[in-house]
Amino acid sequence: MSTATTAAAPKMIAFTDAYRLALDEALGSDPSVFLLGEDIADEEGGGIFKVTKGLSTKYGKHRVRTTPIAEEAIIGAAVGAALAGMRPVAEIMLMNFVTVAMDQIVNHAAKLRFMSGGQTHVPLTIRTRTGAGGGTAGQHSDMLEAWFAHVAGMKVVIPSTPADAVGLLTACIFDDDPCLFIEDSMTRSVTGPAPPPGHRLPLGRANVVRVGTDVSVVSYGRPVKDALVIAERLAGEGISVEVVDLRTISPLDSDTVLKSVAKTRRAVVVHEAPRSFGVGAEVAARIQEHLYGELAAPVLRIASRDVPVPFAKVLEQEFLYKPSAIEAAIRQTLESRGRRG
Amino acid sequence: MSTRAQWGSEALLGVYRKALLIQLVDERMRSLLSSGRMAAVYYSPRGQEILAAAMGVHLKPTDYLVTSYRGVHDQLAKGIPLRLLCAEYYGKATGACKGKGGPMHITYPANGIMVTTGVVGGGLPIANGLALASQLKDDGRVTLCCFGDGASNIGAFHESLNMASLWKLPVIFLCQNNGYGESTRYEKATAVRHIGERAASYNMKGVTVDGNDPQAMWQAAADAVDRARAGEGPTLLEATTFRFMGHYFGDPGAYIPKEEYAAALARDPMPICRASVLKTGAATEAQLEELAREYTAQLDDALAFALDSSTPALEEIDRDIYAQGAFA
Repeated sequence: MSTATTAAAPKMIAFTDAYRLALDEALGSDPSVFLLGEDIADEEGGGIFKVTKGLSTKYGKHRVRTTPIAEEAIIGAAVGAALAGMRPVAEIMLMNFVTVAMDQIVNHAAKLRFMSGGQTHVPLTIRTRTGAGGGTAGQHSDMLEAWFAHVAGMKVVIPSTPADAVGLLTACIFDDDPCLFIEDSMTRSVTGPAPPPGHRLPLGRANVVRVGTDVSVVSYGRPVKDALVIAERLAGEGISVEVVDLRTISPLDSDTVLKSVAKTRRAVVVHEAPRSFGVGAEVAARIQEHLYGELAAPVLRIASRDVPVPFAKVLEQEFLYKPSAIEAAIRQTLESRGRRG
Repeated sequence: MSTRAQWGSEALLGVYRKALLIQLVDERMRSLLSSGRMAAVYYSPRGQEILAAAMGVHLKPTDYLVTSYRGVHDQLAKGIPLRLLCAEYYGKATGACKGKGGPMHITYPANGIMVTTGVVGGGLPIANGLALASQLKDDGRVTLCCFGDGASNIGAFHESLNMASLWKLPVIFLCQNNGYGESTRYEKATAVRHIGERAASYNMKGVTVDGNDPQAMWQAAADAVDRARAGEGPTLLEATTFRFMGHYFGDPGAYIPKEEYAAALARDPMPICRASVLKTGAATEAQLEELAREYTAQLDDALAFALDSSTPALEEIDRDIYAQGAFA
């Protein structure tokens, strides 16, 4: 390990290491934090994706607990421990497996604060992972964030950079409400600048990652990077694209989105989840509800296809949202420019 | 090992005192519902008073309770204040849950009443978590998880018992087997003769006891609480009983054979327990009448409090969604 701090290039960190860093710092700073999930202790390999590698050795198997393959029991145990004042972080290996624990999440974690009249609350974090592109087909790849965003009481968070991953996961762990933190399967080795020590980001706040004036691209997770690449390319043509990263799906930061679109008057909403009944529909609805008369073009959605995630590479790529479609949508909104002058 | 009191006439009276309160509250609730003076979803515990009382006497206020929609007997045994209970049944702002949970979600953490769930089997995984927190904090609390025979057929039961045994959690799974899951007879829904036998699959202590027998139930409850308290792990305690008022309030119960009902009524645990109390001399008829008057006065006060209370302010709908309130 180098101790030099004079180098100009920032230290880089991969997503997997970012998740681990947040967990490590939380475990180190607060004895009420503990982790539970399948295979997560070092004897079992530190998790199938190695996010928790080293943590059970450092903090003990009682605080980094390997569980049976029993998602309902995992989430329920986390809910109960949270009710008793702990800050559990439950790992559900893949997002499709979260469906096995829906009763615990939807009927209990999300609602106990309200149903108890505020007498109890559930400071629980569920980490899970998903995303298409790796050939894991219909039961290991789904983006289900809209399901959980639809339930009052849940917070749903998706980072787009390793530094954001640290800041947002830390925020989830120390938040007093149940948070679903979604990690992308395909970018776990992708690196980005490391965050400063103790990095924590506010939940429920979007981030304008690139300032522009002609059109707003509203996105989250993996497609944010695609949007930034496209924005950079279009800047060469004199097209100024603003990119808004939601960071938190629910509660949705309408203010930041509306402020951006009020300025640009055009919006393209992009996500990896299937198009229909998705987060894009909610964002588009809020934009038109507030800015109908101001818009210079219809709000467009770019998303994946409304089909199960296929296995064959060609079909999987056909399923996924396409960066070229994001670019085409941006251009399409600009073609409406003449209508309102 | 144990420092607890021994079974005797005083212990019997202790059980009966709690059971009598449950009986009186239940009678009043049904009277209010049937006369139209209360409108609430209600699942009567009539017939299951003794088992709840015999468990309740062994618990401390700091111990945790997770129960289900048929849970008023468990909540009363754990010390839910009557005013908070009644006001919640009326959906008032002064209710335990500010009128936002209702009868199916009674919560009162001050006495350890942590969750009342409306989902069959939904409480077992959470009970493990409460017990896990106690184990991690070494706070000496035990968690009581109450559910019915129907819940023993749902996946969460099996996942939870396995995890509880694996981690030796200080939890008591009290299965109140009243013979029917909603309208379906036990034998038509459950493949084993006794639910207590299911503990063997999880290397857990399993006990089946007559939940209507105060002494047997008191002893079994004491053993399970002691085991949990001593760090020796969980118990599956099946308490057999009978519910006299069907699944939900107003359930005609046509699915219960008349002979079975008549036989159960002949063994109604409440008059039997009362007769035992009198026989042992722990209390006189006059003393029990006085106790009933005392409870009735408390109940009158609680119901008057509930009726006098305001309904929740409309702003309450936006509170307690998140720590910060609600979001657009």
